[in-house]
Amino acid sequence: MKSKFKNFFKGGLGQLAIPIIAICILVIFNLFRDPSFFSIAIQHNNDGNIVLSGNLISIINGASELAILAMGMTLVTAACGGQDISVGAMAAIAGSAFVKVLKSTSVINGGTVIAGFLLACVVAMLFASFNGTLVSVFKIQPMIATLILYTCGRSIAYWINGGATPTVSSPIINAIGSFIPGIPIPTPVLIVIAVAILFKLVFHFTSLELFTQSVGINGSAARLNGINSTFIKLLSFIILGICVAIAGSIGVSRLGLINHETLLLDIEMDTILAVAIGGNNLGGGKFKISGSIIGAYVIQMLTITLYAMKVSSTDVKAYKAIVIIILVVIGSPVIKSKIQKLISRIKARKQNTIAKGAV
Amino acid sequence: MQDNALLQMRKINKIFPGVKALSEVDFTLREGEIHALMGENGAGKSTLIKVLTGVYQMDGGEITVNGEKIVIHSPQDAQKHGISTVYQEITLCPNLTVAENMFIGREHNPLVNKKAREKKADKLLEELGIPARSTQQLGSCSLAVQQMVAIARAVDSRCKVLILDEPTSSLDDKEVNMLFKLMRDLKSQGVGIIFVTHFLEQVYEVCDRITVLRNGELVGEYLIEDLPQVELVAKMIGKELDELGALTYFEEEKKESGEVFYEAASLSSSDALPFDFKIHKGEVNGFTGLLGSGRSESVRAIFGADKVTGGKVKIKGEDVKITKPLDAMKHGIGYLAEDRKRDGIIAELSVRENIILALQVMKGFFKPISRSEAEAFADEYIKVLNIKTASKDTPIGSLSGGNQQKVILARWLLTHPDYLILDEPTRGIDVGTKLEIQKLVLKLAEEGVSVTFISSEVEEMLRTCSRLIVMRDRHIVGELKGADLNQTQVMKTIAGGESENEK
Repeated sequence: MKSKFKNFFKGGLGQLAIPIIAICILVIFNLFRDPSFFSIAIQHNNDGNIVLSGNLISIINGASELAILAMGMTLVTAACGGQDISVGAMAAIAGSAFVKVLKSTSVINGGTVIAGFLLACVVAMLFASFNGTLVSVFKIQPMIATLILYTCGRSIAYWINGGATPTVSSPIINAIGSFIPGIPIPTPVLIVIAVAILFKLVFHFTSLELFTQSVGINGSAARLNGINSTFIKLLSFIILGICVAIAGSIGVSRLGLINHETLLLDIEMDTILAVAIGGNNLGGGKFKISGSIIGAYVIQMLTITLYAMKVSSTDVKAYKAIVIIILVVIGSPVIKSKIQKLISRIKARKQNTIAKGAV
Repeated sequence: MQDNALLQMRKINKIFPGVKALSEVDFTLREGEIHALMGENGAGKSTLIKVLTGVYQMDGGEITVNGEKIVIHSPQDAQKHGISTVYQEITLCPNLTVAENMFIGREHNPLVNKKAREKKADKLLEELGIPARSTQQLGSCSLAVQQMVAIARAVDSRCKVLILDEPTSSLDDKEVNMLFKLMRDLKSQGVGIIFVTHFLEQVYEVCDRITVLRNGELVGEYLIEDLPQVELVAKMIGKELDELGALTYFEEEKKESGEVFYEAASLSSSDALPFDFKIHKGEVNGFTGLLGSGRSESVRAIFGADKVTGGKVKIKGEDVKITKPLDAMKHGIGYLAEDRKRDGIIAELSVRENIILALQVMKGFFKPISRSEAEAFADEYIKVLNIKTASKDTPIGSLSGGNQQKVILARWLLTHPDYLILDEPTRGIDVGTKLEIQKLVLKLAEEGVSVTFISSEVEEMLRTCSRLIVMRDRHIVGELKGADLNQTQVMKTIAGGESENEK
């Protein structure tokens, strides 16, 4: 048991060190600043449900879309050594498709929501496979390939609903966007947990993790071992597409409307950042989905902390950038190897003193 | 004797983790000579060049230029001491003019006088007899001229020692002749040229002296007249024939009469010319030939590693189609690639993951090998092959070369192949592991596995193979077995037949 624990820190923490330390620092900072930051209240919301509320809840809740997208982005990053910058625009498309189905019937029931979500998935997967094909078959750099949808995605979303920003109101949509009656935890949080479990199951029941890492680390060797790297890369994009559809649908449900211009705006950069803070190499290869999830919460916590400190929303981005620079530099291989050297030197010195003491 | 020695390298040592790349190598270059540096892959040629040009730091030895001891820490240092290098790939900018390419990055005056520069360039081009104009775009010149411009650039910096690293590999005959003329001109001006190539004929055409390296050690320095081509090949490949080892195998040779496992008729790929080939059950055969002879390309075609362009393949007498590695794997073929770093290891993944990779691919995407199963496999093969690793979770990249190779071997053994292709499995690894791998090959054959074994070391092939296919210039030029399977015969066939070289 003890050795397992040790192993976790040895192997597991190596990559997760930075995001976990970052989140700890943020927590400690907030505790000193204002202990009430973490207070969680039990309230009745407008619908009369008993719900949890507080900064911590809004951090965890607010990061849901980001966390889901970060999971998918991790796969794309690992397999292709590049990122998809069109996830925000694609989410707008998927969200619009979702709303289109919801609007097609007079009464929104469970069936229409499921149909809408499935269509959103199909649409997002189609667009994602467009990106994936450009990357895997035509070997275009991911950032360039996805620049196309980044540019035109929100226009496509605009066409789907004929330029309007229709609202959808229904208890079901409300339940998805905020709380299910009787459950005090925000639904998006539950969805994140479900998606994370789904990823875990996929990794357990398929060879996706091993194949993706092999393709990302050494494509040539992977090919000579019979791995179809084109397929693996395409698959990573399609999985990201599903994540985009989920995130887009949550976004729509939260607001009860689709605004193709603002839905998950600028989320692609935060997503990439979450992957990077999670200790994943943006050049592809080994990855940890858990790192990216923690990365997403780090970003959200940072944002909420800044807001709680009454930093104006225009300044928030600048402060965020400063913290992110520090995180990324600490996580860089140069600093990492220096720290490792330092640790081994301290260890050696310790052993020396012990040896001397023994003599 | 060495009064006109321009460059002397004495007792050069270079150690890489796990491998001694150079051990006590001496090299002398005299004024006005073209000196060929020869050796098979892994012999240490490029390491020696890199030590001389400051890319690597040597771990022992000394370098003197004109009798003066020098220290080279960087390519700039080498330049300063008059040592210039032209690499195989042209490292100039094709979209700049010839003159710009010749002087870029070397002028210290920030205000460039374009006219003066072009004039200077034209003068130099004319002196060297290079058919190019200074204002021409480099990209519009032929490859040979580009190569020559690269040389002109190197020569201009008052170079005394010029290193040409495989300059002719992408040139045709006419272009090669142009290059040789330039080399002879420079030679008459007193420049010492180190010529690295694997084209034997070119060595004999243009060089004065040959230094041969093998396994990081100096074999010797010879005048060109004193060393016929066959002997050069022998020196490069190594002559210490382990006769006993070879003999024991000859007795088992009869086994060859078993059923044919794999048969290819005029198989060709994007990189290999059509060839015929077959291998019997439990047979060990080898492809031999110098670097670039097409031996690796041929076995890659068998495995479907390159794009297969034609030919018929039969496995156990049945027609099959192998167009990609997975096809080959499904038909029981395993392939250990020549370049372990590039085509073999997944460096950041653990030993365990590297071992199960091929089996996992064969089992399929939806049938992952469980963690406990994978660990059992890893434990088994770490023990069987005596792999030295801190644990099965250690990244393979941090293992020594020999142990990495054993992990890749384990990967293929785990798939229980009927036919295993091993391309240079023993390159760059220590002698102990080499022997282990050779023994393993013979043991596999005994168990009925067919093995194709490729090695740059002929003695190793003689020890393990019962049949040798000899290739030269991308063609099969001979097949040796039985009594013909000896060092002399192999050398003769590689070098180009008795008639040409037994003068």
